[in-house]
Amino acid sequence: MALSTEESGRLAALLGEQDERVTTRWTEIVTSSLRGRLSQAELRRQVQDLHRAIVTTSEQGVIDLSADSAAELRAALSELSRGRARQGFSATETTISIFALKDVLAELVQEAGGPNALHDYVAFSKLVDEMGLFTFESFVRTRESLIADQAEQLLELSTPVVKLWEGVVAVPLVGTLDSARAQVVMERLLQTLVDTSSPYAIIDITGVPAVDTQVAQHILKTVVAARLMGADCIISGIRPQIAQTIVALGIEFGDIATKASLADALRHVLRLTGVETARRQPRRGI
Amino acid sequence: MERVPILKIGDILLVSIQLDMSDQTAVQLQEDLAERIVDTGCHGVIIDITALDIVDSFVGRMLSTIASISKVLDAETVVVGMRPAVAITLVELGLSLNGIRTALNVERGMELIAAAHADELEFQLDDDPDETATT
Amino acid sequence: MTADIDLGQPQAQAVQSDEDVVRVRQLVRAVAVAVKLSLVDQTKVVTAASELARNTLVYGGGGSVEVATVDNGRRKGVRIVFSDSGPGIADLDLALTDGYTTGGGLGLGLSGSRRLVDEFDIETSTETGTRITVTKWSR
Repeated sequence: MALSTEESGRLAALLGEQDERVTTRWTEIVTSSLRGRLSQAELRRQVQDLHRAIVTTSEQGVIDLSADSAAELRAALSELSRGRARQGFSATETTISIFALKDVLAELVQEAGGPNALHDYVAFSKLVDEMGLFTFESFVRTRESLIADQAEQLLELSTPVVKLWEGVVAVPLVGTLDSARAQVVMERLLQTLVDTSSPYAIIDITGVPAVDTQVAQHILKTVVAARLMGADCIISGIRPQIAQTIVALGIEFGDIATKASLADALRHVLRLTGVETARRQPRRGI
Repeated sequence: MERVPILKIGDILLVSIQLDMSDQTAVQLQEDLAERIVDTGCHGVIIDITALDIVDSFVGRMLSTIASISKVLDAETVVVGMRPAVAITLVELGLSLNGIRTALNVERGMELIAAAHADELEFQLDDDPDETATT
Repeated sequence: MTADIDLGQPQAQAVQSDEDVVRVRQLVRAVAVAVKLSLVDQTKVVTAASELARNTLVYGGGGSVEVATVDNGRRKGVRIVFSDSGPGIADLDLALTDGYTTGGGLGLGLSGSRRLVDEFDIETSTETGTRITVTKWSR
């Protein structure tokens, strides 16, 4: 759907000759659609950037948005959509900024007249459509990465590993545990064991409403991995429903220590370490 | 072929694996270590794998074998410093490193060996409480 | 790995000796770092590569490994192909069972490394040998 050399030449002439008027009119149309949420000056600068990109690209001859020669134009478009996505504009508000060029072109073509007017307008507006779609797509991409970043931040926030006592760390798990979060918790906990040189970890699941097979597996794997590293895990706060699920699912907790509450778990660990200081280190094997 | 150095610190042999071992190097380490245990009469072996960014089934098997051999030679083996990512991978791989004692770092590993050895000394040195109490 | 690698091109490495298995590990790690795999995923894919490269050497009588980056538009990843012209695997289902071994190992090479990667594809015949393709995607 590329513009031919003659067509792009005429487009360059049309837009280039009256650049002041084009950008002013374009800015006007966009301003009304954005209802003043972006300053006139900023908008004008964006429109000028786009205008310049289109003119330089069309002066080079054939316009094909996917071609190498249109790299500058593509960059200008993604720049615009990235900015809008981050500022919280909707997809419509963003793409309208591009489609507004159609109205400007319609006016210009009509004024210029000539035998090719209709033909040119159709070709130009196809290009604008393409640009609009491109903008829309990069808008969506930016939004997606924003969402992914936020999800990650949320994960970070929701999985604190706290030091409970000398040599004892705890992870109080709150909320639904999905596979991704369980994995983050697991890595975080194991790293904390290394960083604090703590041989004991308590995983408290009082705040976890439900446990499915996958999550239970993740917890089990964490315990086994911790043992491989030379640390012991105690699981506390297993609620009656969860205990029932664990048994119903046939998940083997094996010889993993489980305690009713975080306090019980801490007492258990302190007794182990207390024996350690009074008499000797317990033998730990896998 | 590169060789992994074995250091003697008191009653303990310390092996700190610092390179990406080829299988041959691993087998060589196994042999060297058995010899050094007999030569020195040490009762503890600490294998520090802090620097290893992976442990595959071959190295895992080597660690198990070293633990078994040293047990036969009356020495306790402790593997220390396994990285979290390595531990997670081993669990996924299905390798359980049966029979190997582990500790978070060299210091904790030495405590573990001292404690194990104290068990034996307790009986012999009953008249010397200092020896048994300090671990 | 000190040498710069051109990630646009698949990297080939012959597997004929112990040292080559080490080189495969280093190559896979370099590529895994370049496509920004998480530390745990790097460790997983390098471990899988180590297992499979050793299989290529021990059971396939040597062969080659090719490491390439892949991109499905949303995520990047590492794809590794292990090929040998050895005797092939007679009973694939059995070979993929945990603990099954013909070579005196732990029997975790094939089954274990399958769990460490996202995609695992195996073609084997008694005439042309074995070809295993694995892929690990970034999250």
